[in-house]
Order: sequence, then C-alpha cells, then structure tokens
Amino acid sequence: MGNDILPKEIIQQFSDSPVSINMGDKNFGDVMVVGGGVSGIQASLDLATAGFKVYLVEKGPSIGGHMAQLDKTFPTNDCSM
Amino acid sequence: MEGKKGDFNVSLKTKPRYIIEDKCTGCTTCVQYCPVHYPDPFNQDISDNKAVHVYFSQAIPLVAYIDDSCLRLKDKKCDICSGVCKTGAIDFRQTTKKTDINVGAIILSSGITPFDPSAKEEYGYKTMQNVVTSMDYERLLSSTGPFEGEVLRTIDKKHPKKIAWIQCVGSRRVTEGDNSYCSGVCCTYTQKQVILTKHHYEDVQCTIFHNDIRSFGKDFERYFQRAEQLPGVEFIRSYASIEKEIPETRNVIVRYATADDGVKREEFDMVVLSIGLNPPAAYKEISEKFGIELNSHGFSKSDSSNPIKTNRPGIFVSGAFLGPTDVPESVFTASGASAQTGELLDYRRDKLAKERVYPIERDVSAEEPKIGVFVCHCGANISSVVNVPSTVDYARTLPNVVYATEQIFSCATNSAREITDLAIEKGFNRVVIAACSPRTLEPLFRDTLREAGLNQYYLDMANIREHCSWVHAKQKDEATQKAHDIVRMSVARAGELEPLLEFDLPVNKAALVVGGGIGGMTCALSIAKQGHEVHLVEKAKDLGGMARRLHTTLEKLDVQTYLDELIHKVYQNPLIHISHEATIKEVSGYLGNFTTTIETEGRIKTIKHGVSVLAIGAEEYKPSEYLYGESDKVFTHLELGEEIARGNKAIINAESLVMIQCVGCRNEDRNYCSRVCCGHAVKNALKLKEKNPDMRIYIIFRDMRTYGFREDAYREASEKGVQFIRYTPEDKPLVEKAKEGGKDVIRVIVPDLILGQRLELTADVLSLAAAVIPSTSTNEIASHFKVTLSPDEFFKEAHVKLKPVEFATDGVFLCGTAHYPKHIPETINQAYGAAGRVLTLLSKDTVVASGSVARVNDYDCVACGACISACTYDAIEFRDTPKGKKAFVNPILCKGDGLCNTKCPTNAIMLKHFTNAALLKQIDAAVTSKDILEQMDAVLEEA
Repeated sequence: MGNDILPKEIIQQFSDSPVSINMGDKNFGDVMVVGGGVSGIQASLDLATAGFKVYLVEKGPSIGGHMAQLDKTFPTNDCSM
Repeated sequence: MEGKKGDFNVSLKTKPRYIIEDKCTGCTTCVQYCPVHYPDPFNQDISDNKAVHVYFSQAIPLVAYIDDSCLRLKDKKCDICSGVCKTGAIDFRQTTKKTDINVGAIILSSGITPFDPSAKEEYGYKTMQNVVTSMDYERLLSSTGPFEGEVLRTIDKKHPKKIAWIQCVGSRRVTEGDNSYCSGVCCTYTQKQVILTKHHYEDVQCTIFHNDIRSFGKDFERYFQRAEQLPGVEFIRSYASIEKEIPETRNVIVRYATADDGVKREEFDMVVLSIGLNPPAAYKEISEKFGIELNSHGFSKSDSSNPIKTNRPGIFVSGAFLGPTDVPESVFTASGASAQTGELLDYRRDKLAKERVYPIERDVSAEEPKIGVFVCHCGANISSVVNVPSTVDYARTLPNVVYATEQIFSCATNSAREITDLAIEKGFNRVVIAACSPRTLEPLFRDTLREAGLNQYYLDMANIREHCSWVHAKQKDEATQKAHDIVRMSVARAGELEPLLEFDLPVNKAALVVGGGIGGMTCALSIAKQGHEVHLVEKAKDLGGMARRLHTTLEKLDVQTYLDELIHKVYQNPLIHISHEATIKEVSGYLGNFTTTIETEGRIKTIKHGVSVLAIGAEEYKPSEYLYGESDKVFTHLELGEEIARGNKAIINAESLVMIQCVGCRNEDRNYCSRVCCGHAVKNALKLKEKNPDMRIYIIFRDMRTYGFREDAYREASEKGVQFIRYTPEDKPLVEKAKEGGKDVIRVIVPDLILGQRLELTADVLSLAAAVIPSTSTNEIASHFKVTLSPDEFFKEAHVKLKPVEFATDGVFLCGTAHYPKHIPETINQAYGAAGRVLTLLSKDTVVASGSVARVNDYDCVACGACISACTYDAIEFRDTPKGKKAFVNPILCKGDGLCNTKCPTNAIMLKHFTNAALLKQIDAAVTSKDILEQMDAVLEEA
C-alpha cells in the first residue's frame, strides 16, 4: 500500500503539468463507480463529499439496486427506501 | 477499459431510453396510455407494467424509459406516447450513445444476483404457482408491490393462511448449480419476512424449515427471538423438499423430517424459497474487462489483509461483490473504497468537484404567513388508513393555508421538485409536509425549501405515518380525524416559525484515533495517507491489540507478519504521532475542534483535533464454566490458537480434543452471538488436523455460524473427520475430570439429539469458545466522547445501515470489535470505512452547525445553574457579563435537545425553532376551547 501514494515532488509536477489544465474537460473525472446499488451510491457520495468528481455508472434505468426492491430491512425493520 | 492507476480510459455505452431525460417530468401520462402490458421486472414479473414506464415510483432519475416490448420499436406501429406527452420528451430516434471518459480510479460495486431456483426442477419454482422466492415475497409485502402491500397468491388472489419458508435454497450445497458457501443474509431476512407477515395478518401460520440459525450480526440474536416468540410461528430444524402441488387447490406439499416424528408431509398455501446470493450475472465480463481476478465462486478475489483492493492497482471493490454481505457491510466497504481511492488520488482532490449553489434566500419576515401543505400517501403506508384527499380538503380550510395538495411519495425527486416549484409559483413562505417522522427526511425537505429561496427552518413536518397510520391501522375513521388534528397543529406551529442562520465552523484537520489494534492502525494509516495528521493513542505499551494473540485466519493470513508490517508502516508515517501507555483524561470541544487531554507514559499531553475515531477493541470472556481455570487441560479458543502456534506438544500430540461453542454468550447475561467463534473453532480444528491427522476432534455446537465463504472450511473440517455434535442451551454438555488408562483426562458428556442418547467423550484437551465481550474501558471512553452503547454494551452506531461507522455525536467515528465482534478482514474493511467517512469532514475547511440551538436571555437569567447540570453536552457555562454572572450557551456544542429550557425556573432559556410561542400555538390548536368547555360541562353534569 505504501507505494500507492505518489511522492510529494511528483504530485507537484503532476498538478503543474498540462494534464491538470485538461482537468476541466467534460469527460475527465476522478473516479468511476460501477454499479448504482447501496454500495455504489455510498461510495459515490463519500467521494463527491471528499472533493472528487465521480462518474456513477448503472446498467438499469434507475439507481437503487436490489435494496430498492426490499420492503423493509433487518434488524430494525426500517424502510429500505 | 485501458490504462493504469491514475489514468484509466473507459469507453461507456449508454442504451437509449427513448426519452429525453431533461424534458421528462415523471408524470406517467404516457404510461397510462401505453397499450402494451408486460411483466414488471421491478415487481419480479408478478404484476404487469407498460412498455413505457418509470422503473419504480421513487426511481432516480424519475424519468420514464421504453423497453423492447414497445410496438413502435418492434414494427413502427404505435405512436400514442409521443402524442400524449405534453413536454415532447419521447424520442424514438435515440440510439446507443458512446462516451469516453478518463478517470484516476475505479470502484466496482456490482452487487449480487439473487439465486435463480428455476434452473433446478426440484425447487418447483415457475412450475408451481404458489412457490415464490424471497425476492418475490419482498415485493408482495411492499406497499409499492404487485398487490399494494397485500400478500396474495397470484393465481387466485387469496390470502395464504399457511406459509412455509425453506432456507438455504441455492446455498450451502455442493450439488451442481447450487453454491457451496452460506449467503449470510437469508436467516435474518426470513425472520424479517415472518415478522412483517405477522404484522400484516395476525392469523397466518408461519413455518420455517432451516439448517443452523445464523444470527451472527449485531442485534440479530434478539431479532431471531422476536420472530420465534410470535404466536403461530414455528422454526423446524430439518431439510425440507417440495414434493408436489395439489391440482385442485394449488397448495404445495412439503416433505421434511424431525427427530421425534420422522418423515412428515405438510400442505402449505404458499412456499417461500429463501434464495441465496450469487455473484453479479456479468462477473466473467467484469473480470475480463477490468483485468481483475475472481475467486472460485465468481466474487472478487480478495486479499484478506485488504479485501477492498484488487490485483489491479487503482481498481477497488465494495459491497456484495466482495462476497455475500448485508447492507451495513456494503455501506462501510463503500466508504472504505472511497478512503483507498482518496489515498491514491489525494493530489487531485477538489480540482474537478463543484460546490452546490442555492438561490439567494428571500426575506419574508415582513410577510403574513402563507402556508403550503403537502399530504403524502407514502405509497399505501398512509393512504391505506388515512383518507388523504379529505385531509387535503381539511388543510385548505385552515388559517394561513394558501395551497394544499396530495403526493404519492413526497420524498420522490419529482415531488420534491413540485414542492420547490409550487413554493415559488404560489409564493408560500412556510411549508407543512404531512408525511413521516422528521428523523430521516427532514434534511431532504429542508433542501427543497432552500431550492425555492426560502429559509430551511420555515418547514414543519406533520407526522401522520408513525404517529398515525402505522399505529391506528384498524381505526381508519379515527386515524383520519387524528391526521386532521396533527395537520392543524402543524399549520399552527408553522405560522410561528422563524428563519434561522446556520454557521460555518473551521475544521482542525487532524484526527485522533483511540486504540492501536488492527482497526485503529489501519484507520490511522489511511487518514495519514490522505495528508492529515493523526494522533494514535494506545493504552498498552505496544501497538497490536488483540491481534497479538492471533496467528492465522481461515483465509490463511499470517497475522503476526501482517501485524509487524502494519506497525512498521504506522511508525514510518511522519504524519502519525503515537502515544503509548495512554489514558484519556478529558475530552472537550465539538466536531471540527476537539481538545483531548491524555496521560501518556507519565506525562500529560493535550491534543487538538477535528474528529475522533474510537477503535478500542474488545476482550475475551474468562469462562467460569467447564472447569476453566481448574484444569490445565482446559483452554479458550484464543489460547488454543496460541498454543498451536507455539508448537505445544501436549496439544498437538493429543489423541482427542473437544471444543464447546457459545461459552459466555447467547445466554441471559449476554444475549448476542460472538460471531467469530465458529470460524475460530474450525480454523483451530483444521490446523490441528494438518499437524496431527489422527487426532479425534469434536466440536460441540448450538448452531454452526460459518457464514459466507467460511462454510467451505466447515465442510473441509467435516470431510477431514472433525465431528460436529449439536447441543441445546437447555441440555448443556457436562464436563468432569477423570482418569483413563492411568492418565488424567476430561470427560465430556453430551446429549446426542439424533440418537436420543448420551455420548461420553474423553478429551486430552478441552477448548472453549469464550465470548467476545466489550472492552472494560468502553464505559469510560463512551462518557468522555459522549457516545452511546447498544444493549450489549458495544458502541452504538448512529444508524445500523446508513451510518454504520459513525456515532450520533458529530465528528466521532467507530470501527473494529468495539462496535461488535468481527473477523480481521471485516475489521480492516470497517477501519477503511471509518477513514472514508472521516475524510468527508477533514477534506473540508468548514462544517455547518445547526441553527436550532438554545439561547439565554441575560435579563431573566438568575445564574442558578439548573441548565448547566441538565446539559449532557457541556454546552452551557457561566460567563461574566456587565449584568453579572450569566449562563451562556455555546451554539456549536448545543444539540438543541431542549433539556435546559425545561429546567430553567425563569424561562430565561429559549430553544430556537421550538419557541414557546410556536409550541403554545401548536398545543392550542390541538384542542379547541369549545372542546374544553364541552368536556368541562360533561364533568360538571356527572358531578
């Protein structure tokens, strides 16, 4: 995991490079989340709140996944919607 | 997809909806006119929908789509929808759209596919009308389902009076087409369905045919007891098969066997198959496209030291694609994936994301109240009991109400937009929403007011669901009358509401993590890798916590090597500051600005931080039963694992070893399951069999709870000759010291439930599955950080599903076994989850504090201090003012709970948003003076 982070110098170079100028492009995002169920929605929300641009990709006509089909949820019987 | 971490190019294909999204309002006029009926996939094909329809009533986006059954798409025959759509949103010229995007990381949250029992004839699904899956049954129970919440048999629309559930359908079976693993959720969702069924229809008889009851999650044990204790509910431990359908009644015969009665056949009106969870249907495609490895079951292949990570850097997995999981785990692994993405992409945070902008707030303080009332059907939750149109008509007669209408789901996107639009169009300055409790949806409705340029505190919610329709289901007329009363009271209060300001507080960007076990260290490391200082506080001399005593996991993780590496990384990280032998002395402050004083290695240290993470772990129960502490042959599972790792010859060379499960929990004192012990027992048994294949090993259990992929290890142990003997809490095993062939042994006497005899086992070693119990410092830490505990005295999360890693106290988070017992990979996931949630706060410069806080009127304050002792948040203190010593409420600390203003003898404290003026108006509206006079007259007459 340690080497997953770029060293400081590289970060600097990267953000000053032409790539950062292109960041305003329409189709340039930070993260793509595949699947709009409860997990995909939560990941997207957390990422967006923490300052990232997210593409949430869902194959169906609505987000919500299987959880949206559930009547209530255990063990509190809260409404799943 | 191609590329590498930080730079992935993805090509997306968007299927045409044949609807212009921006133009569709979700009004569903097109649906009414569409002539094509076809089975509705959202309702599991039980009821029909139209070729053009909205996926479900609360769909997001709330936009219709047209599917392949459309006549126009088939042979250009019909064009009705285009004709009736007022906004011109129908567009048959749409084609598949290709979009190329570039992203730095990818999270795969592909979820699960419910097991399809129709593939196997034996389940009778699709061949017998009254055999349904648990997913079908969810829809039958739902108010938005095929029969609007009535459980009916599709074939004759009759209420089933006798329903059977068959557990483990598609799970825990090694036969072709089934899954060998345990799906982990079916036991508890079945209990939920039983509870809800009994709630719908008291007289229904529910029978559940099951294997083990796997109530291994937090509060699951109590939930099972709740289901089991309902009248007319019977749990039968037996394999059950579907024998046949009776042609005349279409009832189903289930064949099963019990120890007392042998093989039996019973007739049921409906049979529910409790189907398990399969990997996502397209798992092979996902694996190929993204270049990630899968396990033998088709789920993401995980590294148990970090399950969220895949073999491909920059690609993470969250939710049930990790393996069968319930909602809370799907949620916190999502936050965990977000944290790991944050570690990778921290350098580009805030470069692309945009802040949401609201219209400027309109000043309406000089205007007369103009109230808009929206009465929600909540599907059928409210409208099946309360007469909604009459409530709307009634609302229109109330003072200051300028507009009233009804909505099917006020929380749906289009309804919220309707509220915003109408508020602007009709010029309301107050809004009353008669729907559910403000607990969940008040923030959403406040948002609709902000969108309309109104102060968000001009909203009042009239709770006609929890307070009315749900509790008066059988008294419809009275419930409608009560709904009128509630709405009238709400309107009266709304007229008195005042605009309030929320304010931004600066955030200290450092975090405090309490507890240096795997959970605390993992969380600390992830926060630090995203550029924040972390203060890690550990009460012991060394980091490591409980994991110090664990050596392997079922996933074959070398725990000690992993732990050493983790500790090394923590020490190496310049942003992590560690305090050893530390105790917390004092905690003050609030979200964004905490000050914690600790004593560490004899010195006092003050730490300033914006958030806190409590990862204080759990402890092992010291058994008082089964000769523990009285014989050197008796160990706990944890001790046994340590002895095996140490190579203790007396244990490894033992001829016979007995394990007893559920020691110290699942009893009256601790009414919960410790979750890890069954896996722990199987792990130790396998390890011993590996070292000494001839050892006789007996595991005496109540329910084997090897959920998920652990089931494979359970099977392996069984295949290797480990004997599993079940006992019941009423007839526990007896343990005594004995001598056999001149050597000291332990004799274990256990009832054999199958043969009805007593088995006598001789053991050289006895190992006890000692419960996992809350840490002894739980209470103290909880009082320092003002957080609450669950009934079993583990930390209580803010919301079981939606907020599984945060406390109700803002800015305080939790992870690891302090929340509930869990396996190492689960703790690691949860620790990343907490880090993900922490970053949603630390990445901001400010946080918003509520406007609904208490305020002291200095003129009336007599400085008695009653408010100070009433406040549980330490939000009130005395301050010297020109008028002398007066109480002062720190608006940032105040939670607006109103405890102080009820204690104040001089009414000097008022709680904003809950002012006396507004509450008295509301109370006055509850009972009219005419009613009071009538009641008084009645009393006088009686006298």
